[in-house]
Amino acid sequence: MFTLETAATAAYVVAALLFIMALAGLSKHETSRSGNSFGMAGMAVALVATIALAISRHIEPLGIGLLVGAMAIGAAIGLWRARVVEMTGMPELIALLHSFVGLAAVLVGWNGYLHVEGDLGGAEAAVLDGQNLLGIHSAEVFIGVFIGAVTFTGSIVANLKLSARIKSTALMLPGKNILNVGALVVFFALTVWFVVTPQLWLLIVVTVLALLLGWHLVASIGGGDMPVVVSMLNSYSGWAAAASGFLLSNDLLIVTGALVGSSGAYLSYIMCKAMNRSFISVIAGGFGIEAGPAEDKDYGEHREINAEGAAELLSSASSVIITPGYGMAVAQAQYGVADLTRKLRERGVDVRFGIHPVAGRLPGHMNVLLAEAKVPYDIVLEMDEINDDFDSTSVVLVIGANDTVNPAASEDPSSPIAGMPVLTVWNAENVIVFKRSMASGYAGVQNPLFFRENTQMLFGDAKDRVDAINSALESAALSR
Amino acid sequence: MQIGIPRESHAGETRVAATPQTVGQLLKLGYSVVVESGAGEASSFSDAAYVEAGATVGDPWATEIVLKVNAPSDDEIHALADGATLVSLISPALKPELLEALSARPVTVLAMDAVPRISRAQSLDVLSSMANIAGYRAVVEAAHAFGRFFTGQVTAAGKVPPAKVLVVGAGVAGLAAIGAAGSMGAVVRATDPRPEVADQVKSLGGEYLYVDPEAAEVSATGYAKEMGEDYKAREAALYAEQAGDVDIIITTALIPGRPAPRIITAEMVASMKPGSVIVDMAAANGGNVEGTVKDQAILTDNGVTIIGYTDLAGRLPATASQLYGTNLVNLLKLLTPEKDGELTLDFEDVVQRSVTVVRDGEITWPPPPVQVSAAPAAAAAAAPVAKAEPKAPMTAGRRLGLTFAAAAVLFVLIALSPAALQVHLTVFALAIVIGYYVIGHVHHALHTPLMSVTNAISGIIVVGALLQIGHGDVVVTSLATLAILLASINVFGGFAVTRRMLAMFSRS
Repeated sequence: MFTLETAATAAYVVAALLFIMALAGLSKHETSRSGNSFGMAGMAVALVATIALAISRHIEPLGIGLLVGAMAIGAAIGLWRARVVEMTGMPELIALLHSFVGLAAVLVGWNGYLHVEGDLGGAEAAVLDGQNLLGIHSAEVFIGVFIGAVTFTGSIVANLKLSARIKSTALMLPGKNILNVGALVVFFALTVWFVVTPQLWLLIVVTVLALLLGWHLVASIGGGDMPVVVSMLNSYSGWAAAASGFLLSNDLLIVTGALVGSSGAYLSYIMCKAMNRSFISVIAGGFGIEAGPAEDKDYGEHREINAEGAAELLSSASSVIITPGYGMAVAQAQYGVADLTRKLRERGVDVRFGIHPVAGRLPGHMNVLLAEAKVPYDIVLEMDEINDDFDSTSVVLVIGANDTVNPAASEDPSSPIAGMPVLTVWNAENVIVFKRSMASGYAGVQNPLFFRENTQMLFGDAKDRVDAINSALESAALSR
Repeated sequence: MQIGIPRESHAGETRVAATPQTVGQLLKLGYSVVVESGAGEASSFSDAAYVEAGATVGDPWATEIVLKVNAPSDDEIHALADGATLVSLISPALKPELLEALSARPVTVLAMDAVPRISRAQSLDVLSSMANIAGYRAVVEAAHAFGRFFTGQVTAAGKVPPAKVLVVGAGVAGLAAIGAAGSMGAVVRATDPRPEVADQVKSLGGEYLYVDPEAAEVSATGYAKEMGEDYKAREAALYAEQAGDVDIIITTALIPGRPAPRIITAEMVASMKPGSVIVDMAAANGGNVEGTVKDQAILTDNGVTIIGYTDLAGRLPATASQLYGTNLVNLLKLLTPEKDGELTLDFEDVVQRSVTVVRDGEITWPPPPVQVSAAPAAAAAAAPVAKAEPKAPMTAGRRLGLTFAAAAVLFVLIALSPAALQVHLTVFALAIVIGYYVIGHVHHALHTPLMSVTNAISGIIVVGALLQIGHGDVVVTSLATLAILLASINVFGGFAVTRRMLAMFSRS
């Protein structure tokens, strides 16, 4: 029998498959754009089907108006933000978008409560009770609200940290692990209670509890761990959507939520592996803090170089590898770097980029910045692809990176970042490090790279220095 | 600590374990070096050159560390000081009796030919550095025995065609031979059972001969067995055809510790033109060519020279000593992390563990297998909330146990839940697994677009709010309106920003 209900179910299956194709398409540069189109098509199918379904369920005219109005306003805001956002600001935007999903999940969960448990005499409740599913429904409401609220405040804090509106250092409350675990235990106890007697005040308590937990979780993680945090929140937002799907018995929400959830979890896993740390320890936070002291070792003298010297070194090089870090994003130096790349390539220098998996504040952040500055993506390589090539490289430019190029990670077992895979830049003939000063990186670890015999420091703002090298290269070309 | 460099006692050995240049590097590591008088003579390094580099001439066997090329003789084993460390080629897999004899002494023995084949240890890999030299020398030997030019020339006295060289096997030695023959001007062809080396052959100016380009496609349909025999027949046909055409064949097919495969038969040799030359680099293990005589150059009835020298690397003594000596320096760099002239063995390090075949009189061969690449983290996705936790490599048993435990928990949970929920849980579990596999293939550079797309997709929660709006209750409707508004920002903003980002990625 072909009814609107069966048509909607079919549309949901189609949408779910389109979403899977969207994610699969993103695996390669060549197919990524069509992947995004698949995603949009899937969303359109799902929205049309759902709106048709909503109308067929005798929605009030006011409801339709609100629905259309809210969607139009949301779309306008979303499209506007997407158009104006700076690529360096992507991490903030993505964190903010996560918080919306989280809040939406909380609202959907609350509605679920008001609809069923809040109205125990109502038709829906009676149906559920008849199927002996009322308890399950209550648990679903609770879990959905909990995950959604954690995502919401967590993402808000991440957004504030990334946009530097609050300090990005890790918050250290006494007994923070006990606080986190305690919150989880309380949550389980409340869930059981709520299933037995669904009362409004329990829902309010759990919402507040989850909001506090989400805030605390992210507040106690420092700025350098942000790639993990953002992908973790991505995962949470997926689980929140899946929980809403269980609540509404909607398979599309479940499938999509699970896809997003496992994708975020996998990304977090990659990031953690790149930092050689366990997922739990990142969530528990506090990594660079204990590492601070015990740094009285004498590393010797560092050598300085000026922009002209660097330009000379670069123009006589046969191959150059650039390893950017968050510092490049902060200084907005990507356009200068792209310009430098172009100049060197015109002179026949083999220029490539080496990207550490956790460079920047978002998985793949550096790639997006370089793409924005029109650096061709086929010379932008990841760590595993390029690490063996440093031996045969004349010059490495380290721009705003520190911990990801620290030889201590592989050579000093007592170092706090020991065992973390790093870019082995020190194997190259010459290394030029762009840096503001001799201060240590996020992890609070001094970098012996700066004191190596083949390393020279170029102090100053990364953007200014790169521009200076560019003009030095140009004047050298003119005088020739 | 003192390092001793003895004169090699093995008959015909021309190499030496240190050159004046590597002596300088050893001194930098904090060691002092004693060279036996005349040790470098065969490689054209005089005692005076060593002294100038900072070594002393004396008795190398009284030192704490002895660097050698060949495995020690019985006399030399006895000459080692108690507690000394010996570094040389040992072939531990082939010579268990040598290991026994060494372990009878309270010494430590490092085998340079037991370096694991991982990228970090490439700078110590003697087999590669020697194969490189041998490949070059094989071409030189062939050119010497060949009565014509390698390069084609048009002269006033007439036109000379270029020599055609076939290199069998494109490993380190084969590639060196291809490069050397090519740079002398010959037309070079190469074969190798691994089609992936075709690019390397081409990069050196050689032509890669496919055994049968179509055969590779057929294999995809799964006729592996018949294919195998078919392949061998085609391979033999290829060599038979080439033998009649080329002037020089250099064979390099050799797997250490195994008899060399017979590739060129007597009929193929007989079909070659008079004056042709074959260099069989696998002569030590029986030869790839029928009729090879180990360590000799012979002339067949139809005038083909077959060269079976096994000391090709040693025929370039100065270079071979220099590269071998540098391999040793790189090993000592690894063993002397403080550069204080004190040798320390760290058994946690796979390279150091692998090369150590005897430690303080105890045989430590064979070493535990070296993991060349990190094990992929599978199975983690089975559990619903996949918090894949990177841990030290788990044993297979533990991983199996954990998987079963997770499966059992999942089983109980689902078995206890009501039927209506079970359907959803099935969908949920399968979707997680699909997500895990789909995301696993995403390119690193696309992680940011991936996040923004998943962000947009998770705006699907709008569906939930759409179904709740406008059913009487004012509170419900207003909450749902707000949820729709927020989720719509996500949906539209997420897709739009992804589009913008993807449009920026461009190829050069």
